[in-house]
Amino acid sequence: MKPGDKEKTVRAALFLSALSAALILLFIVFFLFKEALPFLSHGDLVGFLTGTVWKPTANVYGAGIFIAGSILTTAGALFIAVPLGVACAVFLSEVAPKKAVNILRPAIELLAGIPSIVYGLFALIVIVGLVQQDLGKLLTGDSLPTGKGILAAALILGVMILPIVISISQDAICAVPRSFREASYALGSTKWQTIQKVILPGAMPGIAAGVILGVGRAIGETMAVVLVLGNVGMIPSNILGIDSRGETLTSAIMLDMSYVPVGSMHYAALFTLGLTLFFMAFALSMASEYLLAKRRRQSKC
Amino acid sequence: MNKHTTDRLAKIWLWMSAVVIILILLAVLGYIFIKGVGALSVSFLLDMPQNNWREGGIFPAILGSLIVVVVALSFAAPVGVGTAIYLTEFRKDDWFSRVIRTASDALNAVPSIVFGLFGLALFVFYLKDYTGGPSLLSAGLTLGFMVLPTIIRTSEVAMRGVPYAEKMESYGMGASKLQTIRNIVLPGSVPGIATGIILSIGRAVGETAPIIFMVALNPTIPSSLFGSGNTLTTQLYYLAMEGISLKVAFGTALTLVLIILLLNHITRVFKKRLSRNLRRNC
Repeated sequence: MKPGDKEKTVRAALFLSALSAALILLFIVFFLFKEALPFLSHGDLVGFLTGTVWKPTANVYGAGIFIAGSILTTAGALFIAVPLGVACAVFLSEVAPKKAVNILRPAIELLAGIPSIVYGLFALIVIVGLVQQDLGKLLTGDSLPTGKGILAAALILGVMILPIVISISQDAICAVPRSFREASYALGSTKWQTIQKVILPGAMPGIAAGVILGVGRAIGETMAVVLVLGNVGMIPSNILGIDSRGETLTSAIMLDMSYVPVGSMHYAALFTLGLTLFFMAFALSMASEYLLAKRRRQSKC
Repeated sequence: MNKHTTDRLAKIWLWMSAVVIILILLAVLGYIFIKGVGALSVSFLLDMPQNNWREGGIFPAILGSLIVVVVALSFAAPVGVGTAIYLTEFRKDDWFSRVIRTASDALNAVPSIVFGLFGLALFVFYLKDYTGGPSLLSAGLTLGFMVLPTIIRTSEVAMRGVPYAEKMESYGMGASKLQTIRNIVLPGSVPGIATGIILSIGRAVGETAPIIFMVALNPTIPSSLFGSGNTLTTQLYYLAMEGISLKVAFGTALTLVLIILLLNHITRVFKKRLSRNLRRNC
């Protein structure tokens, strides 16, 4: 074999590896569509996306409850993760002494590494208990009938997406040119004025990208949600108590798939839920990539 | 309010956010540790479960997790590193690399339960003659697909960090492209690639949703790759969800956390070595 032949073989093998990421993505779309097809071709798609009754036994598939459940829990998670995460990112890059950075960075990495099922167990035992007993007593004088529901889910999801919000926001804050800061200080601004008027506006596209990625994570999270949201097929109408329970796209797929007959309409409907989830996550990912690419074009960091 | 008072208040708020995050981490880890440490022992890790998981150990789950991770990385590591080599050494920043990078980012964003559906359709139903249906092999391959983007991304960053001058020196001495890759690019990016692989091991060990349809609560030692088994995460899910045994659930959770802590420690060692080459200032 000539040396040139060897290079050609290796090159071909490497080319095939490079194709695999794109092929896997295509396969995912293909198989989701294929399995969802019986439902997509016979079902009523508008009714699927807006309907609020999910009764596979009666052949009624309204995924609206799950979509609403996913959106509500994610919004709740953002209430926790955005203020805390952005503040922490600002702290890390503008205020923190080196010692604090050296403690905080590994802590955030660890927070990102804890498996979702471990967060789920913690939420099931600790947060659900706190909501049911302590918060219940505090607000109503008695413990609540259940601690599961949107509050517990939002709290744990908020913690779970903190690391991504912090790391992307921090990159964005880092990318604000040093000269902007110096100009602001030279005008006599305090640190906070600089943060508020110069750094945060400059870093906004990047922070938004981080938040969008966090939304994608929260919408796609399954295990913690299954354990603490209560898994009742309804739209949460309260923050506490039995009306705060619900179900999301992810938890519906996971719970129903364990008993559904393969090839049935219900099975195809679950794959349609999967497709919905896939396209939501895909759109969010593209939106954040767009924002990050825009930032990269503006500044080289 | 005076601007200096506002400044002080703002700083207090920023410090508070950092303190809250540390407290959250300590609360989660501390609680898992306190509840789990009573269950944890050498025999807990190496014994078979007894009395429907209420007693005994978790050895089958440990073995299952190990097998699944080995399968996942045997796919994702060569393919991911191969992709990175191809993109950095054989292609300029052209349309092809952009397509692959976008696909890899999109793959990274696919929710874990969607990987579960995909794995169910592809490995459990369509390829069941080759994978044994709901088997450890199916679970491992699904996880391999899931961690592929992580390996691509980290390896690519590592390879781009190899100094241009070193590559040119290699070519200047008459080395071929393959020799340069083998002798300069790969050795220079080992810490970065290793970090990516360890990160991926952590993700594969910790994921539940992608493999929940392929592994069941199974008290026996997995007989082969094509046989059924369970992992630490899926076992933990069933124990907690069905309220079988919280003691063993917390013992399993602590085992998982300790594995993650160990992997984290190893990455930190690699990163320290890495930061000598690549220094990021902010």
